Amino acid sequence: MTEAPEPGPLAVSPSLPVTSYQTVGPYFKIGLEAFYRNDLTNPNTPGRIVEVAGAVLDADRAPVPDAVLEIWHADSSGRHMVQPQAKPFDDTFIGFGRVPTNEAGEFQFRTIKPGAIQASGPELQAPHILVSVFMRGLLYRLITRIYFSDEPGNADDPVLRSVEQHRRGSLIAQAVQGRPDRYEWNIYLQGENETVFFEL
Amino acid sequence: MTPVATPPSQFVYRMFQEGVLPPNFCPAYVSSVKRAPRQPLVPLPQTISELTGPTFTPPESVQSVDLTKGAHGAALGERILVGGRVLDEDGRAVAGTLVEIWQANAAGRYLHASDQHNAPLDPNFTGGASFVTDAKGRFRFETIRPGAYPWRNHPNAWRPAHIHFSVFGPAFATRLITQMYFPGDPLLPFDPIFNSIRIQAVRERLIAAFDWDTTVPEYGLGYRFDIVLRGRHETPMENKP
Repeated sequence: MTEAPEPGPLAVSPSLPVTSYQTVGPYFKIGLEAFYRNDLTNPNTPGRIVEVAGAVLDADRAPVPDAVLEIWHADSSGRHMVQPQAKPFDDTFIGFGRVPTNEAGEFQFRTIKPGAIQASGPELQAPHILVSVFMRGLLYRLITRIYFSDEPGNADDPVLRSVEQHRRGSLIAQAVQGRPDRYEWNIYLQGENETVFFEL
Repeated sequence: MTPVATPPSQFVYRMFQEGVLPPNFCPAYVSSVKRAPRQPLVPLPQTISELTGPTFTPPESVQSVDLTKGAHGAALGERILVGGRVLDEDGRAVAGTLVEIWQANAAGRYLHASDQHNAPLDPNFTGGASFVTDAKGRFRFETIRPGAYPWRNHPNAWRPAHIHFSVFGPAFATRLITQMYFPGDPLLPFDPIFNSIRIQAVRERLIAAFDWDTTVPEYGLGYRFDIVLRGRHETPMENKP
């Protein structure tokens, strides 16, 4: 088991001051490239293979060529990996990916489509992918989610429903016509269609 | 893969207190102006998605990590040792977590195509490494003290010497990317990135401490840098926002 899910004695108030964030800066490739992975699929992992592609765009709709996305999601049955891996990151499917943008601000990854997830209480969460976005110019990470446009469960998803209706679309990757397993999803950092980012 | 049938729902991570995190929109840091979102963040409940993340088996002892030995010999500059622990706010060790680091060389130059600073590269220094914390959350590495370097944020802008740290922690919710600075660096009061953290005591936690216990006689000075991740508290899932 991971450290996190074990219930342990919990202090009323923290005893140590938490370490704060700083920007990832422009040179993260030196430290993070060893674990870049934009193809999470594995022949032994059941599920439907999907591709998500898009771009990261700034206030002027200029592409951001120096961003890196990290994704985390459940397997096709809606279960998250909680078993520690022996080494970071072997070829086992664990639902983690790390994808830098290219010169045109574009990213693309290939993974197993996650299943629906039992939330607390009776609610189901629709299939989704959690995303952290890091780049020069961001002092703290941005957190967002990717949902899939062809999922009827989106209408009842508790997180989607917590977002103002006119902004929900920014969280939903659109199925590409004629390419059944491909979805498009852009990140708009600012402006009219600014992507919904979460406080966690 | 070991599936979990029911979410571990008896705890959530504490929220960051006001002023602990730097704001993303920070005009003194010019790159933030066109990249930081302007809409308010939407509260995200801590579900099984946010409470899980990649974790690893802790090595039996602290891993030996050395950035100073290059393909052709020793990297140039002042050799230093950096050690510390990854803990949570309640002082519990964060074992088996992946830490990745990257930094400039002694001359203040990164091994990166975008870094055009007119300072020499060192063929024996890449400046990148990764390691997993042991059962007590400990890590330790040998490196070269990074140099300060200019950037174009404002006239005569120089970044204080720093080492970038990326830490996963036990869950998506604990993911941290930060920078470690050095005590007594005269550039710290002028750096908009360091000073983006409003609370002085929180800011100063990013400054490593010179440490005799980490210092190796006749070899190199040691610095201690403990990393404290968000702790948990017992708000039941039903009461979360």
